[in-house]
Amino acid sequence: MLDLNILFPSVLNGITTGAVYALIALGLTLIYGVLHIINFAHGAALMVALYGVYMLKEKLGVDPYLALPIMVPAMFVLGYALQRGIINRASHGKDENILLVTLGLSIVLENLALLFFKSDTRSIDTAYTLTTIEIGPAFIALPKLVAFAGALVVSAVLLLIVQKTDLGRAIRAVSKEKQGARLMGIDVDHVYAMCFGLGLASLGAAACFLLPAYYVNPQVGNGFVLVAFTIVVLGGMGSFAGALLGGLLIGVVESLGGLLLGESLGQVGIFVIFIVVLMFRPQGFFGAKA
Amino acid sequence: MTTRRHFMGQSAAAASALAFPLVGGAQPKPIKIGVLHPVTGALAYSGQQCRLGAQMAIEDINKAGGIKSLGGAKIEAMLGDAQSNPQAGIAEIEKMNEAGVSAVVGAFASAICLATTQAAAKYNLPHVVDVGVADQIVERGLKNTFRFGPGYKKCAEVAVASLHALNTAAGKPARTVMIVHEESLFGTGTANLLAKELPGYGYEVKEIIKHANPTRDFNNIALRIKQVNPDILIPANYYNEYALLVRTLQQQKITPKAIYSVLGGAASSYKFVKEFPEAANGIIDCNHWFNPKDKRSAALKKRVEAQGQFFSYEVFMTYTAMMLLADAIDRAKSPDRAAIIDALASSKFENHIMPYGPTQFVNGQNVGAQPLMTQVYKGDIKVIVPRDYREVEPVFPLKG
Repeated sequence: MLDLNILFPSVLNGITTGAVYALIALGLTLIYGVLHIINFAHGAALMVALYGVYMLKEKLGVDPYLALPIMVPAMFVLGYALQRGIINRASHGKDENILLVTLGLSIVLENLALLFFKSDTRSIDTAYTLTTIEIGPAFIALPKLVAFAGALVVSAVLLLIVQKTDLGRAIRAVSKEKQGARLMGIDVDHVYAMCFGLGLASLGAAACFLLPAYYVNPQVGNGFVLVAFTIVVLGGMGSFAGALLGGLLIGVVESLGGLLLGESLGQVGIFVIFIVVLMFRPQGFFGAKA
Repeated sequence: MTTRRHFMGQSAAAASALAFPLVGGAQPKPIKIGVLHPVTGALAYSGQQCRLGAQMAIEDINKAGGIKSLGGAKIEAMLGDAQSNPQAGIAEIEKMNEAGVSAVVGAFASAICLATTQAAAKYNLPHVVDVGVADQIVERGLKNTFRFGPGYKKCAEVAVASLHALNTAAGKPARTVMIVHEESLFGTGTANLLAKELPGYGYEVKEIIKHANPTRDFNNIALRIKQVNPDILIPANYYNEYALLVRTLQQQKITPKAIYSVLGGAASSYKFVKEFPEAANGIIDCNHWFNPKDKRSAALKKRVEAQGQFFSYEVFMTYTAMMLLADAIDRAKSPDRAAIIDALASSKFENHIMPYGPTQFVNGQNVGAQPLMTQVYKGDIKVIVPRDYREVEPVFPLKG
């Protein structure tokens, strides 16, 4: 059973799958962890980004990886506009309202996708979709390796932004003490919107890395969003390193669980780990003590 | 508000219409047919494909002069949406009954068909089942229910018998089987039927793997397949998971002697063949399929593709179901429901593109209905078994 030729590829596969989870969780941890906005529309936003990448490839022939400089700013603008124009206005600053507004947004976005793209599942075919790299006894799909590298880069960039820029300082200030930050002259609404924009921008990147190995349909986001929430809590709210580590861990647990316990039961492993971590380290891996 | 003058005017018009029913009524009254499919929700893609087939059939019937025995009466579709759940399907049947439809064609999914046929039976409303493979649909003694295509059990039997024929002809290179199926009724049911049938022909079912919908990654299952190393892999899942599984197998360089799907797979999906030509190559299916020797099937395929759609089995299954109904109405010489039921029950309809021969209903099931075995061959789908419909020689076992 514990054949190394099977175990090793399974772990490697878990790491690369986990990297994609981490990419999606990175955007969420920024929004959820720093601003305490429970963004139910995160899955729907990922779906929008995936359709964006799909359309760029199908209509304009843009390679998904070359679509990065288009999708990242586009998703940023969308996020900024959504937060500033809809979520902020409709929620009147109450967290419970934000929850409902983002839930509503996700329903609207999903149904718009259903209207424009039908429920048909679409995927793209690139020259490297089926390319694999041999690592020891394992074959790893090239798009998954790229996604792994992408996840590292995106988390580094987000970390740099939050640690080293004025915007980052403002984000940290707002997340710690909103009222105080406002008194210091920080435009809180702007910071919220920037944060939301950054969160969606990382989804834009995630979509570019994900689509070559995956598919898109109007419900595609739902499969990821629960895992992403789990990762955010596991890693510690607002921690990028936590999201990255959490994503990789969940990927490996899911992979090994599936291998050893069977595919349906394997998913249980994710939540067992989740509960155990919450019991002994409720703030997550890298979360600050409450 | 209705003024008195307005009322008088309307009454006069109505009275004259009643008094001279034939003035301006040279056209016979159209015959309303309910076209009921899950066009929204999880099954929307299949439902929409079914609806397309029905609409094309109606277009063809009307263009060819409508129902001849009724003075060329046109068929008028009343479209219904079962929203991918049985309750919504029942509600649509109620509406269609109120609207006075003569018959219903639908409703793709087994669970929906089970509900809609029963609801229609209350009103003695003829219901032609277009796909719905669960055998319970025709096993409840409902007089109004007719299924033109084959059921679940028939498909599984033919699938295993065809596989055995293929294997025997090739010198029996395959002995072991692994089944990978999705966890709902369709996948589990198919897996159980196959697991029961296969040992009788001397095949060993090595392992049955169940997976959730959606499954985001198939590498683990692929690794398991690599470890077990079966001669034949039988997937029974929906399109998304099927596509991921087959792609993953290719990435992991796992090549069983055959990948063989029952009721749904690459070799009965032009969509898959077009999107993943390499991964699809050589895959074998046993599914609803048209008679490739009939020239009209190629013409119909071309027309469907001209609309930017794939010629999926849903399209031609519902197309022929509608044709079967129109034939029955013609022979019934009446839009009356009971007369149509009698005409369907005695149907010998054979002017169709399916490999079923002349129609013969026993307890509402067309006994000649059968699936065909197809294989993806040079970017196209070709029939390989049975010999009467064979287009190309099967490639079995596949070479890695």
